[in-house]
Amino acid sequence: MSTAIDITSLNAYYGSFQAVADVSLTIAPRSITAFIGPSGCGKSTLLRTLNRMHEVIPGARVTGSVSVDGEDVYATGVDPVLVRQRVGMVFQRPNPFPTMSIRDNVLAGVRLQRRRLSRHDGDDVVERSLRAAGLWDEVRDRLGKPGSSLSGGQQQRLCIARAIAIEPDVLLMDEPCSALDPISTLAIEDLMAGLRASYTVVIVTHNMAQAARISDKTAFFTIDGARKPGRLVEYDDTTTVFTSPSQQATADYVAGRFG
Amino acid sequence: MAVIVLDRAPTLTLTTRTVRRGRRAANTAATWVIGVLFILALVPLASLAWTAFSRGLARFDTDFLTNSMRGVVGAGGGALHAVLGTGLITGATIALSVPVGIAAAIYLVEYGRGAFARTVTFLVDVMTGIPSIVAGLFAYTVFSLVLGPGARSGLAGALALSLLMIPNVVRTSEEMLRLVPDDLREAAYALGTPKYRTIGKIVLPTAMSGIVSGVMIGVARIVGETAPLLLVAGYSDAMNYNLFSERMTTLPVFIYQQWKFKGTDVAAYDDRAWTAALMLIAFVLVLNLSSRLVARVFAPKTR
Amino acid sequence: MGTVLEDRASVGQASPPGLRAPTPGRPMRRGGGTERAGDRVARTAATAAGATILVALAGVGLFLLARGLPAVRAGQGDLPEGASSFWQLAGPLAFGSIWAAALALVFAIPVAIGVALFITMYAPRRFAGPLGAIVDVLAAIPSVVYGLWGLMVFAPMTAGLYGWLATHAGWFPLFAGQPSATGRTILTAALVLAVMVLPIIAAVCREVFGQTPTLAVEAALALGATKWEMIRMAVFPFARSGIVSGAMLGLGRALGETMAIAMVLSPTPFLVTIRLLGNTNPNTIAAAIAQNFPEAYGMEINALIGLGLILFVITFVVNYLARRMVARGARQGA
Repeated sequence: MSTAIDITSLNAYYGSFQAVADVSLTIAPRSITAFIGPSGCGKSTLLRTLNRMHEVIPGARVTGSVSVDGEDVYATGVDPVLVRQRVGMVFQRPNPFPTMSIRDNVLAGVRLQRRRLSRHDGDDVVERSLRAAGLWDEVRDRLGKPGSSLSGGQQQRLCIARAIAIEPDVLLMDEPCSALDPISTLAIEDLMAGLRASYTVVIVTHNMAQAARISDKTAFFTIDGARKPGRLVEYDDTTTVFTSPSQQATADYVAGRFG
Repeated sequence: MAVIVLDRAPTLTLTTRTVRRGRRAANTAATWVIGVLFILALVPLASLAWTAFSRGLARFDTDFLTNSMRGVVGAGGGALHAVLGTGLITGATIALSVPVGIAAAIYLVEYGRGAFARTVTFLVDVMTGIPSIVAGLFAYTVFSLVLGPGARSGLAGALALSLLMIPNVVRTSEEMLRLVPDDLREAAYALGTPKYRTIGKIVLPTAMSGIVSGVMIGVARIVGETAPLLLVAGYSDAMNYNLFSERMTTLPVFIYQQWKFKGTDVAAYDDRAWTAALMLIAFVLVLNLSSRLVARVFAPKTR
Repeated sequence: MGTVLEDRASVGQASPPGLRAPTPGRPMRRGGGTERAGDRVARTAATAAGATILVALAGVGLFLLARGLPAVRAGQGDLPEGASSFWQLAGPLAFGSIWAAALALVFAIPVAIGVALFITMYAPRRFAGPLGAIVDVLAAIPSVVYGLWGLMVFAPMTAGLYGWLATHAGWFPLFAGQPSATGRTILTAALVLAVMVLPIIAAVCREVFGQTPTLAVEAALALGATKWEMIRMAVFPFARSGIVSGAMLGLGRALGETMAIAMVLSPTPFLVTIRLLGNTNPNTIAAAIAQNFPEAYGMEINALIGLGLILFVITFVVNYLARRMVARGARQGA
């Protein structure tokens, strides 16, 4: 079984600036949920609150609750480090560790968590994760080469392999294709379709066509002006959001009238 | 193009030409002055290098590298005791200052917030400007408090040199740690890595080539220090393997000693001084060059 | 670690083979305190290192103050060089330090600017790095070697020139008096100092010249300016604060420099003079400490420590002003 996420009255701040206001939504397990909306609407910030990465930025804080499998990740006594082991993340820009080989990059999470791993198990994890990320055939002969020797699209798939090597329940993807060419984007979309079988995937994207292609549900966010917080406008099945949205703002946005 | 057109315009021709000639003359003069200033800066370097080579080679022999000055009056003798002292004191300085310097840089980059961090940054700046002789006086006051006045030891020298080296290490390490992209820290956190392991396994290794290169330049700088050692490590003619007691000579102090306490055979002392100077210059240059090499060869390939 | 989900057929999509099902229900809470032991150790160690710097610097101030203060009340017989009071000793030495450093800057600044301009504006770009490295070699050479060179090579070369200057330009106050026959004068020492601080100033200048806005350069050239006019119109205005702070850094270094002065200069106690070529010369604080410390005892040591404290304060003020200028320049540039 995979994991559902319940977001309840969530507010996120950078210092005194409120980036996200009063968001509540439930994300179903084993599905792909897309967050869309204009720049600055807080969708990336919201995503980062789900695995407590938001608070890494100095001055950033959160109120409200995010429950993963019924357990509030913001409850006292919850360790953000353990939260992130269950809720993985892929970033906008591919960020493989430059000091590590391709193989070591995949194993980085496991090793950084200080889990013991035999050589054989390691090989197993590397192959399984790279296959899952659709990268195995391209790199199987050069696992010892530095991760930064790969192309941008390959690096991003390496980062996905690295994220799933630690076997999270949820995978958060923050505009994973925005720095990539169309071919790499397609490869990653294919791969996400496969991930849906086992993971709860949440993806932030600027690309509405992408959201329409890959996601089961779509949440649309907007802002009412500069320095205003982002808010949730509409959250529904992707087909509904794109064909018969209930809000005018959503209709305008998906029709390309603003944003 | 525009200038040519102006040249053809009869009323403007004369003035434009003279103005242009004056401006061009100023430009030529400036070019010459700047070229000459550059050459001028290199003249002392050339003279110094030539002297060190021509005079230093006189005693660049096995005797020089295998003997101390113990019991030597006049010609002969060597700088083995000074090479040993340089090695020991430099080693002790590295051991004292590198861990403190890197840890302080980690504090400033990864942990430091608020007034205390700002104070430390400011103090590192202040420390960078401490004259080396003042560092020597400080080491003297500390050691004389414990061991009584007149105490001399290699360790006191290392303490003085550490005071000069720590701000160096902090500065370069801080710079290198800040160059590590936040992307990498976030990537590690997102993998469920505690902060200390992120620093130890991701941030430090990524910055390491730069830090090592910076430390090497720091070593090159302190290895030529003379004044503080003159105060607290003193002069010696003999081998001293013990950092914790008795006087200990380093190569720069050896040079000073050869000049300061000349015997009647002046040339023998001068030759030894220049040979030691040649060794010291060569060592410092090798350190500088290899630090560049380390920075380039071992740098992680970030985009 | 969870079970391998081998059966991919059930998924329907063209899913990648070998994907392992995640293990739900792993704990998110941890026993023990709010902070991991490793994090606590790392944070404490790093903070302690920061505190070490604070303690060390406070130690320098306090120790020098505690040991130096008694010398201020000491009288004749207890002080180095037979001084009758601490201030009789300290005053002329402070003058000498500042005088020598100021002279060094007068020589070093124009040359450093020229060097930096040559490297950044005139030399072919691919030589800029190597040429800069050669100038940096000047900074790498130990001061005791400069001392040796200044004393054995440079000073003898200057003696003839000084004699000529004293004869033909003796009416000029700086060149008045009996010229030194050895060349070991404050002017020689200042010239050696100039060579030593030149790479520091040149390095800062190179940096600020390199940051000249391309827009300003192109605007000047588009107006038909010659290279020199472009430098005056576009490069210097932006670089002014950088040059000043580089000069201040050089000043800080020159004030603290010990060995080159101690070896090159032939000093006379308690002398204050602006004559550059004479056979009597003022000494500097740093050199006086190095020359007197090895044989000093009792109150003499305290006096030398007191001198060190004065030097520390002077260099601190100079460096502080330099850094403030650098910071202000950086903020304006941003």
